[in-house]
Amino acid sequence: MSPHAADGLSEMLGQVTGFIFPNEIEIHWGILIVVYPYVTGLVAGAFILASLVKVFKIKEVQPTYRLSLLTALAFLLTATLPLLLHLGQPLRFYEILLTPNPTSAMAMFGFVYAWYLMAVLLLEIWFEYRCDLIRMAQSARFPLDWIYRVLSLFSKDTSEEARSFDRKAIQAITIIGIPSAFLLHGYVGFIFGSVKANPWWGSVLMPIVFLMSAIVSGIALVILLYMVLAGIRREPIEMACLDKIASYLFYAVIVDFSLEALDFIHRLYQSEESVKILGSLITHKLFMSLFVIQILLGMFIPLGILALAKARGFNDDLRKLLYFTAVILIQLGIFATRWNVVIGGQLFSKSFRGLMTYKMEVMGIEGLLASLVLLALPFAILAVLVKLLPIKLAGETATP
Amino acid sequence: MNERREFLKGAIIFFPAGGVLTALAREAAGKETVGKDAPGTDAKAQPNGKKAYNPADHWYGMGVEIDKCIGCNRCAVACKAENDVPDQPFFFRTWVERYTIARSGNVNVENISIGPQLEKAQDAREILRSFFVPKLCNHCANPPCVQVCPVNATFTTPDGAVIVDAERCIGCRYCIQACPYGARYLHPKTRTADKCTFCYHRIVKGLQPACVEVCPTQARIFGDLKSRASRLTRFMRFNKIHVLKPQLNTEPKVYYAQLDGEVR
Amino acid sequence: MKMPEQVNRLAIVIGILVGVTLLTRFVLIPRSLVSTELHWTEAAKREVAKPVKFAGSTVCQDCHEDVAIKKAKGFHKTLACESCHGPAIKHTEDPSAMKPPAPRDRKFCPVCHAYDSSRPTGFPQINPTAHNPLKPCISCHNAHDPVPPKAPRECSACHAQIERAKAVSSHALIGCTTCHNAPARHKTAPRQALPSKPETREFCGTCHGAAGKKAPKEAPKVDLSTHGGRSLCWECHYPHLPEGRV
Repeated sequence: MSPHAADGLSEMLGQVTGFIFPNEIEIHWGILIVVYPYVTGLVAGAFILASLVKVFKIKEVQPTYRLSLLTALAFLLTATLPLLLHLGQPLRFYEILLTPNPTSAMAMFGFVYAWYLMAVLLLEIWFEYRCDLIRMAQSARFPLDWIYRVLSLFSKDTSEEARSFDRKAIQAITIIGIPSAFLLHGYVGFIFGSVKANPWWGSVLMPIVFLMSAIVSGIALVILLYMVLAGIRREPIEMACLDKIASYLFYAVIVDFSLEALDFIHRLYQSEESVKILGSLITHKLFMSLFVIQILLGMFIPLGILALAKARGFNDDLRKLLYFTAVILIQLGIFATRWNVVIGGQLFSKSFRGLMTYKMEVMGIEGLLASLVLLALPFAILAVLVKLLPIKLAGETATP
Repeated sequence: MNERREFLKGAIIFFPAGGVLTALAREAAGKETVGKDAPGTDAKAQPNGKKAYNPADHWYGMGVEIDKCIGCNRCAVACKAENDVPDQPFFFRTWVERYTIARSGNVNVENISIGPQLEKAQDAREILRSFFVPKLCNHCANPPCVQVCPVNATFTTPDGAVIVDAERCIGCRYCIQACPYGARYLHPKTRTADKCTFCYHRIVKGLQPACVEVCPTQARIFGDLKSRASRLTRFMRFNKIHVLKPQLNTEPKVYYAQLDGEVR
Repeated sequence: MKMPEQVNRLAIVIGILVGVTLLTRFVLIPRSLVSTELHWTEAAKREVAKPVKFAGSTVCQDCHEDVAIKKAKGFHKTLACESCHGPAIKHTEDPSAMKPPAPRDRKFCPVCHAYDSSRPTGFPQINPTAHNPLKPCISCHNAHDPVPPKAPRECSACHAQIERAKAVSSHALIGCTTCHNAPARHKTAPRQALPSKPETREFCGTCHGAAGKKAPKEAPKVDLSTHGGRSLCWECHYPHLPEGRV
């Protein structure tokens, strides 16, 4: 919190409705902590899409395989930055690796993250690109040729045997990778879901809902990037691929919506003590972000668009436009989902008798600008990755 | 076929190797545990013959009697003075709430520690019950804050106080989210989590916490649950005891007598 | 069949990474940085070393014995010295260097003693504006033995809220002692010598029972044998304001 924040707090005192515990006036997990599950969700979702090709052998989705992997990597590399920036003492971050508390989900997440980065994503990308790296090491100019040689770990074997081993390795890694991706983002859901003090967060369904919305956002992101990349490169988009992914997106949104609806109905029906204040929360504080953005714009309208594109035999260009619109809306919707969970959970008092407000700073290390930079950074990284590691968007098989 | 043999050979070496590595690591970790070094003790007994303070002999708790609290707020003021808590009305280690329950069932709660409250014109004939409730960290025996701290910065001392190591805390604020009682806050200067410590620096020296010391009606009492002759033990005997949010199983050690059901 | 070449390279890299990690964590990093036990002990020690600001009332009586003895007999016996005089540890270390302030302002005592509807009934409360305005509290009440200069003549001195309610009720002209027996000691030791409450239905029946001889004509009458079951009258009716408050 910046030095001026104390004035901000007195301002917020005036905006409290009802009764809150005095220490609750300060919203501790702000926009940065909304960005964090959003980003890890994209990682998990993009990886699941990649796994469709390798494990479930969905051939049509092949053109987006490498893009999904690189997207997952780009976002994974920046995933820890919001956490770092939000710490009260960021320079002590290493403590979490040095003396982790095994009962803390947050501490264990560091190791899950390391596992996923090293043992799943980097490994899979390496096996996928190994032969390409060898080839490019031979043809590139200095310094790129040395970069490729180091990246390929000075490997030289491009025989059919080696390639077939690569393919098997990729399959094995992806099979391990799917539960690892589930663990990665499920853990984030668990960090919230295990907090019994907070009835908005503390729910068994939380990790599942988080994961499903992550898959939705990841698939939508890959569609978006595929279309944008093909547009930049002026390459044709394979409609069979796009239609297939959009179809999976459609089903994913349906499952996600069902889970969230289940959570809602369950709460309403059980009518536990917190239902009154939570009802007050969503009608007064979260109306826009929940009903309008998350549900209407983020789920119902994209569902309608995708169903329309599926059912009516529209021409290619119209379908592309529809898909593009749908995925943008979905990204907004999933971001709003994260907002509603993270910020929403802190807008009501644990006394169940009052509501607070969140004043998002614009400047400052935890402000809006910092968050926008953190959201833009993975795209910059992805641009570098795509330059370094080639992606052929159409008509190729990944491992030659 | 050969590939499988090769794979099996590798696997057969892998597991014992892994086991050896793990055992080595464990041994190295085992060398890190230190002998129990109690705070405030010396290796030998105190020069005046008194026994050195052994935290394991004590298990502290607090008792609060609602019917005695007059809502004077001296406790919150003394706590801020004793513990250098920032003076602004957003950071409290302890505070006092006022409950007013009307005949209609409407419950009005306000915090009298954040400053003078405007006199509400309320018809006294409509009020069913009205009382004050002091609140503080409950120093739970099953603390959710200790469970979620990623770096072991907050912990329970052997004598039952839950304290924060301000030099380890990384300020992630997970403990603040996990506390069901709103007892924790982020200290604006140190940027670490902070909360009531039962005035740990006083109680190990035989003094009372500052809030207990200044309470004019002795609505707050402090004691050692391991001692048969402590005031708290007698308090537990004479009163029907309540704790806040028992359904969360945090096992709080601040025990309320005459606590109303409307208190959260 | 030998291991594929790329796996060998990978194994080397992974082996180096794992080895370096283990080496760093378990060998290079000193124990003092990673031992949680050590950290907790150190943290507790640091906590204990923090400065004490309130000396505690047992210390005051070592020097101020006369005041302590006087206070121990009066109404403020449970009140700690530092509740009014503020944190005084510096005074115990060097008495002449710091003198704890003695509050003499009229605004100070009402912090506890101003009337507040949420305060427990019977706790001595006054209306600060109406009670001897402008006079400092200590001119009549010695803070260490704050017994009022004159024993209150009427119950309303401490029970003003009840008096106010009764004054607008149909029981306005009934004296408190009609229904409550207050022992004389109640004025000096209020919580130890409590006044009585009526214990039988027949008591209220002297005015409200149909057959009551002393019953005033205006008092509403009920048939005691059927009205109200087995309850005592005041378990349903609030005697200080029968037609109003619960």
